[in-house]
Amino acid sequence: MPLLKIENLSKSFGGLKALSNLDIEINQGELIGLIGPNGAGKTTVFNILTGVYEKTEGKMTFMDKDLSGLKPYQVTLRGMARTFQNIRLFNDLSVIDNVKVAYHQRTSYSSISALFRLPSYYSGEEEMQRKAMELLKIFNLADKAEETAKNLPYGEQRRLEIARALATDPQLLLLDEPAAGMNPQETHDLMNLIRWIREKFKLTILLIEHDMSLVMGVCERIYVLDYGVIIAQGTPDDIKRNPKVIEAYLGEEVV
Amino acid sequence: MRNWFNRKNSITLLGIVLLYAVVQGLIVLDIMPPFYMLTLILICIYIILSTSLNLINGIAGQFSVGHAGFMAVGAYVSAMITVLLKGPLILGLLAGATGAALAGLIVGLPTLRLKGDYLAIATLGFGEIVRIVFLNMDFVGGAAGLTLPKQITWSWAFPLMVLSVILIKNFVGSTHGRACISIRENEIAAESMGVNTTKYKVMAFTMGAFFAGLAGGIYANYMYIIQPGTFSFLKSFDILVMVVLGGLGSISGAIVGAIVYTFISALLTGIPEWRLVITAVFLIVMMMFRPTGIMGTKEFSLSFLGKKGDKNAASKN
Repeated sequence: MPLLKIENLSKSFGGLKALSNLDIEINQGELIGLIGPNGAGKTTVFNILTGVYEKTEGKMTFMDKDLSGLKPYQVTLRGMARTFQNIRLFNDLSVIDNVKVAYHQRTSYSSISALFRLPSYYSGEEEMQRKAMELLKIFNLADKAEETAKNLPYGEQRRLEIARALATDPQLLLLDEPAAGMNPQETHDLMNLIRWIREKFKLTILLIEHDMSLVMGVCERIYVLDYGVIIAQGTPDDIKRNPKVIEAYLGEEVV
Repeated sequence: MRNWFNRKNSITLLGIVLLYAVVQGLIVLDIMPPFYMLTLILICIYIILSTSLNLINGIAGQFSVGHAGFMAVGAYVSAMITVLLKGPLILGLLAGATGAALAGLIVGLPTLRLKGDYLAIATLGFGEIVRIVFLNMDFVGGAAGLTLPKQITWSWAFPLMVLSVILIKNFVGSTHGRACISIRENEIAAESMGVNTTKYKVMAFTMGAFFAGLAGGIYANYMYIIQPGTFSFLKSFDILVMVVLGGLGSISGAIVGAIVYTFISALLTGIPEWRLVITAVFLIVMMMFRPTGIMGTKEFSLSFLGKKGDKNAASKN
């Protein structure tokens, strides 16, 4: 039974058909790439999966349950977390508070114990502080825990976004262009990080990326999207040789 | 409970008690001029109003300008209890605050789908509706208003103000407060991180309305008379100015803003024809040279008094 099964998914914005009849299957523990030229609809897939957009047609099953009609926070609670193409951190909050917001949904203490500072407030906050610090240590951000998020260098902001997504305790992690704007060295480090967190947290990962060295380097299977249609899928080697993919990326003449 | 009385909180508590005792002493000795007394009580009322509006506008980032409306609900409901039903003051204040919170809930549920300017206009409209409703209710006096006995003293206003600020600060310093701040920072990211944004927006709004209602109740039972005209949108803007003046998003800022603004208004009562002009010039200069407000987003901190590493438990209570 696949972890995530997308069947026949379509999305229209008015007359524009952004996605048509998508079928994607992701098994537990896989690392899948979703690539395609600009405007192919990759981020739209993420937005529909996480409940930001409403799908027009189709069926999405995640961990044997239907995903349709759920709000983004409900999708997160089911075990799916994401990062954004354009970084969306909580800029004026400290690094550690960014992570703590993600722990919020799994916190046990109520707003009443927060108001009156009951013992459960202190134990709850202590636990969050401990977990958040542990996570920041993994991501090499522990010494910057009290720094304001917007003051971090770009690469660290990207890392913090992944850390924050992991704090929601996901089964499936959706990464939207994690290497965007990174130099080759940073991309290489990111590649290792992705491999490592996948082992460590037993994650399934779906990532959108334009950096082919990263995609071909870490992904086990790749889906190629062009004009809202899946034009190819397979292992990185299959994809490299697929004439349809080459055409979509480089133009007809090359083929 | 051991967490409540750490060094920092104890010192804060001591300061609060001392401030209360000094003013109370002056009252008992009968050397407190009545005008100063009025100003002090007004400062207490405005601190409750500005910290609660700050919860909505500064913390949750929802631009509301209907605070006078909630204040009016609190004032009239508490007046109905204390005057028309001859109930005790504490019951009146509680009922006023609860009534305002209910109004906040009812208004918040539909309007918090709106963003930015649209929400501002909707809440502005709400404030005016409340005023007109009370204007047309004959059993609370209509335009002439309702007269009340003066029951609020320093010993009521000050502790209630301190309690309100502590509760709001506790809320903001908790995971629930962080959820509200995350909505202000980036609503889409907040929702993707598992924050139920609708719930927290409504929660912040309702809580803000609750304390505005409490302030309204205190105001009504201090001022001898309440009239619908008192709660016009100008009052909402006064409160908003205090919050922005102090620093949007900072609780200490809201307190400082309320004190400074009330003080300036009191100082200028001698020259009423210039009062608004001078206030306006002050605000313009302020916004030109310090647009983030007096405190910015910073808070007063006594953390240097606490032990190192005690940072988490170090919030005022």
